[in-house]
Amino acid sequence: MSAPDFEALSVESATVHEQPSAWVRVRRNASVRIGGVAMLLLLLIALLAPWLGTVDPSLFDPASRDLLPGKLGEITTLEGETLQHRFLMGSDSFGRDIYSRVIYGTQVSLIVGLCTAVVSLAVGIVLGLLAGFFRRLDGPLMRLMDGLMAIPAILIAIALVAMWKGTLLTVVVAIAIPEIPRVTRLVRSLVLSIREEPYVEAAISLGTPTWKIMGRHILPNCVAPLVVQGTFICASGILTEAILSFLGVGLPPDIPTWGNVMAEGRAQFNEYPHNIFFPGIFLAVTVLAVNILGDGLRDTLDPKMAKRG
Amino acid sequence: MNTDAPILQVEDLTIALPSGGDRATAVRNVSFSVGRGEILCLVGESGSGKSVIAQGVMGLLPKSLPVQSGRILLQGEDITHAPLSRLRELRATRMSMIFQEPMTALNPVMTCGDQIDEVLRQHTRLSPAERRDKVLAIVREVLLPDPERMVASYPHQLSGGQRQRIMIAMALVLDPVLLIADEPTTALDVTTQAQILKLVLDLQHRHGAGVLFITHDFGVVAEVAHRVAVLRLGDLVEVGSKHDVLQRPQHDYTRMLMAAVPTLHLKQRPNDPDAPVVLQVRGLAKTYEDKRWFGPHRTVHAAQDVNFEIRRGQTLGIVGESGSGKSTVARCIVRLVDPSAGSVQLGGGAAKGLPAQDIAMMSASQLRPLRRRVQIVFQDPYRSLNPRRNVADAMVEGPMNYGLGRAEALQRARQLLAMVRLPESALERYPHQFSGGQRQRICIARALMMEPELLVADEAVSALDVSVQAQVLDLFEEIRSRLNLAMLFITHDLRVASQVCDQLAVMSKGQVVEYGPAHQVFGSPQHAYTRALFAAAPGRDFAFGQ
Repeated sequence: MSAPDFEALSVESATVHEQPSAWVRVRRNASVRIGGVAMLLLLLIALLAPWLGTVDPSLFDPASRDLLPGKLGEITTLEGETLQHRFLMGSDSFGRDIYSRVIYGTQVSLIVGLCTAVVSLAVGIVLGLLAGFFRRLDGPLMRLMDGLMAIPAILIAIALVAMWKGTLLTVVVAIAIPEIPRVTRLVRSLVLSIREEPYVEAAISLGTPTWKIMGRHILPNCVAPLVVQGTFICASGILTEAILSFLGVGLPPDIPTWGNVMAEGRAQFNEYPHNIFFPGIFLAVTVLAVNILGDGLRDTLDPKMAKRG
Repeated sequence: MNTDAPILQVEDLTIALPSGGDRATAVRNVSFSVGRGEILCLVGESGSGKSVIAQGVMGLLPKSLPVQSGRILLQGEDITHAPLSRLRELRATRMSMIFQEPMTALNPVMTCGDQIDEVLRQHTRLSPAERRDKVLAIVREVLLPDPERMVASYPHQLSGGQRQRIMIAMALVLDPVLLIADEPTTALDVTTQAQILKLVLDLQHRHGAGVLFITHDFGVVAEVAHRVAVLRLGDLVEVGSKHDVLQRPQHDYTRMLMAAVPTLHLKQRPNDPDAPVVLQVRGLAKTYEDKRWFGPHRTVHAAQDVNFEIRRGQTLGIVGESGSGKSTVARCIVRLVDPSAGSVQLGGGAAKGLPAQDIAMMSASQLRPLRRRVQIVFQDPYRSLNPRRNVADAMVEGPMNYGLGRAEALQRARQLLAMVRLPESALERYPHQFSGGQRQRICIARALMMEPELLVADEAVSALDVSVQAQVLDLFEEIRSRLNLAMLFITHDLRVASQVCDQLAVMSKGQVVEYGPAHQVFGSPQHAYTRALFAAAPGRDFAFGQ
């Protein structure tokens, strides 16, 4: 029998095909598109706030108190000038323009959401890498994280803001700290499974130093689940900031945030529901958009997590 | 009913694949039949569509794989598009299936007895006492020891072979006319596989069922088949009696497969007994201790008192079943795990003017300069390369760790890619763009980048299809002789071992039970375990493609 041509007949040369790259899959995903477009719109609103027919959100005019949405009224600038202004979303009991406050509030919410995600991811990644890679640190670090997780997130945040002054930085830190244990746990579990992968063992036998193994082989393979986790933290950060403001322990009431606007309108909710309705809509849409984006990213970047549902 | 009529007829079956796949159909115009009391082996490499056919017959195809055309007849009844209610009646009573992985095919929260009983409850009106008798009878028939205890056990309490027996009992309890076995022994050790194959043969003979037996292992085919059907990428390329297909294959593809099946005949090769010793292992042991705060301490001796040596240009094979400690030994030598005792002398540096060094107990910093002298190739080509780094980055990583410039490293990478017969353009590509065999070539090239003295191959060809396996084995041989390397070849497959090894160590339960020149171990095995292992090798007396 003549020797047959292995290479030509072999099945496997015929079975390899190019998969679309992760980026292409992400762009094709409907959830990513919907969530992404919504987030882009919100970002534009935040950036263009001064040019969207708004007035300074801290301006008030006692003559224009409790106006219904769409009513025309007047508003006094800091220079003492009186302007005619249409209150698209009505005004509150101080006579401030709710539309302007909600639009400017978008800035605060997005900054808080993004910064919380970045801060908690950054700290969580470092702690998670340490816990996953160094056995001695694992026990103490993770017990600390367990302890942190045992306290309700909102309580820690309230306590921290109460301890410090209510500034943007303290609010971000206060919201980020309770999220850190979750990121740490995720990173640690990823590190523990990835470090057993043969390609990591191959790197060890190729003499690659530990810190390079972390940076080259382990961290890049954690990116997808971390991006997904980041979006969820962003959403919950926005929500927590609104809750803190609503409870009066967040940013000072003169700073326009959705939570502050809602807190303002709470007393008169029965007569003037628009005070709460409009910021509530914005808050819900933003959180929904971030979550839809996160779901889409999870489905495309991290199929394993998607299956677990 | 006509007893000569085939039990299963598959006519012109075409099953579509979802669009965007690498081909349009999972199987195309496939026709075959299984007669009463006949075992038809459906063989093919991965992606050939053999499991899809099994799922099609059982009506288990996912919606994304619709039957496009053709018919499936069970005892003359067209079940191609039978409603679910009819299929449910037929399953277990007329046709049943056993799967590859009995642990996942059984429900982990039900006792084995309850799971067999469930089949009877669904399909018969027997009283509980009658059902229990029947369950015990079938458990006895699949030769499980202590049936009373077995039916009360949960799947995790049984061994892999016992679980597969439970699956078989479940499949046969209602005496179906057709049994579909989808790679039923692939997850089992070779000695267990031999017992399960014998059991399937016995039961099939006794019950007279037709069997559709799906496998990728030609040794198994040689053991069980009456007739053989060969699939290639969804096309049925050849059907015929076992002897015709395995020994006088007609189609080029089948001939290629037969030529690729490793034989159990040792290859004669030059052997220099005075070559310098590259690796000397003395009294190597690895003990895992499970220290708990409460409860007893457990110690597991993964490897005990292992001794061997490898000379330059020679290959030592370590064979054994799962859990025998062969991989532990390999990992101790590469120092991916720290040995508990013994010495691993890395010598053979005489030519390079280096003294022998014992790396067994070295600290990480002492070990670093020596790591390059021992390199390893792993089993799973899909997980051996970092998916986020391209081939060039993977290959230059090691040499650059030891101070080589990127340009020179890339130069060496190009030469080595040529040696493993991959194009230079591979450097720019990412692992997911390669097939399993190509990835394994890249892994070999990556290991060779370090210019090691010893290459460890830990089941490096076990995950590959038979034709690819043959190519990679040839590559290992070529590299060993061209570079005059010492090789440690870990495998569970005796056929593979017989192709590449000069020396052979047989491991069982953490100990080397037999060690010597390969021809001696193969020719006159001394230890009872070695003899059992050889006797269990499927199709050992069968001459493929002769």
